Amino acid sequence: MAYTVPRPKLTLAEKFYLPQVVAGLLITWKHFKNMLLGRTKIIMQYPEEKWDASMPSYYRGAPTLVRDEHGRERCVACQLCEFICPPRAIRIKPGEIPPASKWAKVEKYPEEFDIDMIRCIYCGLCEEVCPEQAIFLRKDYAITGLSRSEMIHNKAKLYELGGVMDGVVNKWNPKK
Amino acid sequence: MSPLFFWIFSLLMLGFAASVVLNRNPVASALSLVVSFLGLAALYVSLDAYFIGTIQVLVYAGAVMVLFLFIIMLLDLKAEQRRKLNIAVTAGGVIVTLGFVAQLIHVLHRLPIGNQPFSALPAPLDDVRNVGTTLFSAYNLPFQVVGVLLLVASIGVIVLSKRELK
Amino acid sequence: MMNALASLDWFLIATSLAKTVFLLFLVVLPMVSYTVYAERRVSALIQDRLGPNRVGFPTTLLGLKTDISPFLGGLGQPIADAVKLLLKEDFTPAHVKKFYYWIAPGLGIAAVIVTLAVIPFGSSFLGVPMVIANVNVGPLFIFAISSLSVYGIVLAGWSANSKYPFLGGIRSSSQMISYELALGLSVVPLFLILGRLNLPEIVQYQVKNGWLLLPFTDGKLTLKEVLLWIPVFISFVIFTISLFAETNRLPFDLPECETELVAGYHTEYSSMKFALFFLGEYAAMIAGSSLVVTMFLGGWHLPFIPDGANQGGLDFLHAVPAWIWGIVNITVFFGKVAALLFFFIWVRWTLPRFRYDQLMRLGWIYFFEIAFINVILTAGILAFFPN
Ligand code: SF4
Ligand code: SF4
Repeated sequence: MAYTVPRPKLTLAEKFYLPQVVAGLLITWKHFKNMLLGRTKIIMQYPEEKWDASMPSYYRGAPTLVRDEHGRERCVACQLCEFICPPRAIRIKPGEIPPASKWAKVEKYPEEFDIDMIRCIYCGLCEEVCPEQAIFLRKDYAITGLSRSEMIHNKAKLYELGGVMDGVVNKWNPKK
Repeated sequence: MSPLFFWIFSLLMLGFAASVVLNRNPVASALSLVVSFLGLAALYVSLDAYFIGTIQVLVYAGAVMVLFLFIIMLLDLKAEQRRKLNIAVTAGGVIVTLGFVAQLIHVLHRLPIGNQPFSALPAPLDDVRNVGTTLFSAYNLPFQVVGVLLLVASIGVIVLSKRELK
Repeated sequence: MMNALASLDWFLIATSLAKTVFLLFLVVLPMVSYTVYAERRVSALIQDRLGPNRVGFPTTLLGLKTDISPFLGGLGQPIADAVKLLLKEDFTPAHVKKFYYWIAPGLGIAAVIVTLAVIPFGSSFLGVPMVIANVNVGPLFIFAISSLSVYGIVLAGWSANSKYPFLGGIRSSSQMISYELALGLSVVPLFLILGRLNLPEIVQYQVKNGWLLLPFTDGKLTLKEVLLWIPVFISFVIFTISLFAETNRLPFDLPECETELVAGYHTEYSSMKFALFFLGEYAAMIAGSSLVVTMFLGGWHLPFIPDGANQGGLDFLHAVPAWIWGIVNITVFFGKVAALLFFFIWVRWTLPRFRYDQLMRLGWIYFFEIAFINVILTAGILAFFPN
């Protein structure tokens, strides 16, 4: 339905515009003065003070890989995250778990797992799509580096950031 | 003022005036014309006619040519660049120009005023005031008439452009 | 030829050169970079932020214990910015018209810098008048040269060969033409009152008769001055607002308006070529403020302070050597300019951008007419009070 935006009738002073300009200047002057005299509360001086403590648990920081309580890497190299990732930030090279291993029935593991943090847009789709709850967006937000290669998080780095996460996926654990 | 400057600026002016005609790109032509105007202004200034020099820059280089450039850019003329050189027309143009220059030199040499040296003007030249008083006393009527003429012209433009709209 | 060289006044040339170097490299360019810094700090304070308050001088690199971060902090920021702009990759897109693309930034800034030549930025120093070129048509000269600065913008917009810069260039040229008219016409009343166009003489007049905008600075106020104050104030308002339009500052920054045109005419520029446009914009602000200070606010003059030849002011101050007053006058001038620059910044972070048709209407319908009536008003007052 069409909606007509009501245009307010301007008074003469408003039409003249200059009084409004002066009023605006006074408002900004008040902010300027209060800030200069230290009357405005400064919330946080960022690099020295951080807000990590008050960060919510669902914060979407850098994507990381996690291990389960047995120390097994949860990722099974199904590559779903690689396909879903909108900016194609993830590169996975799957490998086979040797039959002698305790976890041989899992069959696959990522030999290499790179996330290009220059590309990543922190969308969280990888976390959402992962059937194994292996990839999580953790709380690291200040990802910096001096070169492009430094900005690519490899598998070791991803596990270091991710740590251990107890989860609901119990299908690989031996039956109790 | 040193005659050195006269040569520098007149060469600059003539060179860029030629490039107005020779350039195929309309924007380049317009810009050459601007430089040529600047050279002319510099010549005025070197004759201590600061007012005329500045007005030359302000009106021609600063306003008229900006409008020109504005129109040229809006129209995006490509036809001129594509056109072939027409030898006969070019030769005709060159001949007419040379003839005119020869005539000018001839006439100026014959006129007594062309050979007569001028004494320097008194040093602090208040040229703004001089131009003003001369315009409003000696040439008051022509000045007013020109004003009315311009007014008529601008009203005419408004009328014409309004009629287009209907 | 030798004669021509010998006839030149070498003392004049040497002092002019010294003044140019002083004004350009020791005053205006540092002032430009610190205006950029001020822009960021003031905008931050207005918006309840802090702004760049970190960059000090990295003395730890030289082996000292701590870095110096001067009192408000961040005073090293302009230096860091300059280094960054110099070292960035200077990228020329393949689709531009190279020649014009390259000369455009230079044209823009050159025109602005030339206007500084006629500004009297001080009284005199050791007997040398503090103005580079003392011409009889000062304000006209400034208008003429600054009207050329539009070529830099138009060429940048056209040569970049893409639509946003092009629109920016077009807007800029029409805006400049519209506001130049109001700008020029608004100061005609001043010329009627002053009766001269020589900027140093205009300042001298104000030293004697009080600043035009504050006519009581000479200690007395006549009826004529009070009446003339009205047209002068109207001139001042129109002139200042038109100056905002001429220097492409908000609320009139349509040629580079970010929300519509990416960055307007300098969208395709990078590195130092972009920085030249940036410098040009701020240098134009400084030049414009200098003109306002010279014509409306008494130039280098401050009540009770003598000039560089120890003339005027309070008598007991004459004990101090004249050259100190010369320096004080220069400082006063740039102090006033800095105050105006603050005003520019303050306005920028207060007002929203005008719409294009509003801008044009303001220029052509209101300012032009008001300035015109103002001229007649002034002439009337002057005819009524022929001294
Ligand atoms: S992280 Fe999850 S989605 Fe990605 S490859 Fe490993 S198991 Fe599959
Ligand atoms: S958060 Fe989004 S962008 Fe980043 S790796 Fe995961 S899917 Fe890709």
